[in-house]
Amino acid sequence: MIDFFMGMMRMGIIEVRNLTFKYANSDKPSLYNINLSIDKGEFLLITGPTGCGKTTLCKCLNGLIPNSYNGDFNGEVIIDGLSTKEHPVHEIAQHVGLVFQDPENELFCTSVEKEIAFGPENLGLSREEIRRRVEEAMAMVGISHLRERSPYELSGGEQQKVAIAALLAMKPKILVLDEPTSNLDPFSAYSILNLLFNLKKEYEMTIILIEHRLDMVAKIVDRCVIMNEGRIIAIGPPEEVLYSDIVESIGIGIPKIVKLVKTLGLSSRPLSSNVLADILKVKK
Amino acid sequence: MIEFHNVFFSYQPGKDILKNINLKVNKGELLAILGPNGAGKTTLIKHINGLLKPQRGYVEVLGMNTKETTVAVLARHVGFVFQNPDHQLFAETVEKEIMFALINFNFPENEIKERVEKILHELDLIEYRNRSPFMLSGGERKRVALASVLCYDPSILILDEPTIGQDYRQKLNLINLINKLNKEGKTVIIVTHDIEFVADFIPRCIIMSDGRIVADGPTEEVLTNSKLLLENSLLPPQLVEISLALNISPPTINFEKLVSFIRKIIESEE
Repeated sequence: MIDFFMGMMRMGIIEVRNLTFKYANSDKPSLYNINLSIDKGEFLLITGPTGCGKTTLCKCLNGLIPNSYNGDFNGEVIIDGLSTKEHPVHEIAQHVGLVFQDPENELFCTSVEKEIAFGPENLGLSREEIRRRVEEAMAMVGISHLRERSPYELSGGEQQKVAIAALLAMKPKILVLDEPTSNLDPFSAYSILNLLFNLKKEYEMTIILIEHRLDMVAKIVDRCVIMNEGRIIAIGPPEEVLYSDIVESIGIGIPKIVKLVKTLGLSSRPLSSNVLADILKVKK
Repeated sequence: MIEFHNVFFSYQPGKDILKNINLKVNKGELLAILGPNGAGKTTLIKHINGLLKPQRGYVEVLGMNTKETTVAVLARHVGFVFQNPDHQLFAETVEKEIMFALINFNFPENEIKERVEKILHELDLIEYRNRSPFMLSGGERKRVALASVLCYDPSILILDEPTIGQDYRQKLNLINLINKLNKEGKTVIIVTHDIEFVADFIPRCIIMSDGRIVADGPTEEVLTNSKLLLENSLLPPQLVEISLALNISPPTINFEKLVSFIRKIIESEE
């Protein structure tokens, strides 16, 4: 009977229900009544001005909150069927990998291969299984040629790829990335975003990305969540959300193409210059 | 006011990081230096406050040869805000952090007070004055680092990656402040990867690659040269990309211009 109802409710791989969280040292909540259901294989963008609560929300998605932070936690977060209130971080971490802004803070081994093997070794897997996972993770992000290099001599973009491969070796179904490109030059940023798009497409990974470079990500994500002052103020497909007036009013950097199309008063909602060229029937 | 004459520099023998740099910056200019990682941007700006001295050639700042001038003397004129604020913050509170340079430069006590108040207001840091800089967010720490330099009023201001960790509204605040300082006569040099910020707000643009200056001119000219940008691992600004997709030649970084070009395309169709 319960199974029947669960089926009817069509559970997302991540379910956030009525989540309100206040840090212990803060006088007001950082998140207010968040409700969010994320499907398996979805590529979700979360953005909003500084202090809007997006990083706090990320910490709720891998169980760091409520398990490692003091505060008032109300509501529920269910990751792949596990409530974060009832399962410790190390267990949730096998389902969700979290990537931070600055990869240097996460890397510590003497070679790329060892860095990537570290997680699986700690799971107590067999040598063959570890080897297989390391090879696969390096291939997935395209860094097999860097295997013997020290992570410290790599560029920022390559380091970020190593950090992502190290998580992939743990075989999570979900990746959460908190501004993974903000310290990178535009080319490296572009290659990281491309990589995420491929992980979604080729491996059906669920990807949750916090990012300010909306012009680069608008074209590749399935849905956008816009947060402001601890609340979700808009959610939907990027062309709907980024063309809405509410997004302009909170002062986030909307893509230039959106500004342009709005100024011209066109009725379509392109997010890439090629689509705009088609709409205007420009010959290529 | 800043002149580089045939400047070479290397950290290791045989591996030049700067290769024959020639550069002239006039008083009151606002310019940006762009380029891929490892191009030599940070090495170049460290020559302006004398942290690094040329191995060949020379650098003149306000008429002083940097080889013959101490960093302490240059620092009074050249304010340097690092990319990572944690490399320069150390005091217990935001207020003490800002006072530090003023005390070192022997400002009188009442003036220190005045200057601290003024800068806390200007950079929206009043509510954090008694907090530890290390308890603040990355974006806030960047503003504290900026305040600790602006308070002693250097005539040249160098900002290394000032827009990292700043959202759109904070970037607008930043450029308003930069424009205000620039109007007061300060020379401002920004090192950045943020090509959109440069396209929108900075009039002169330099591109560095592999230790050389490969382009130097008005931003509208430099950033619309997509061949040059791609050759140097830079992606064209969004408006240039749109211009190219629409066969608009020459491409532009000016929003109004692009709007009127597109209006013409629409009219010609009808």
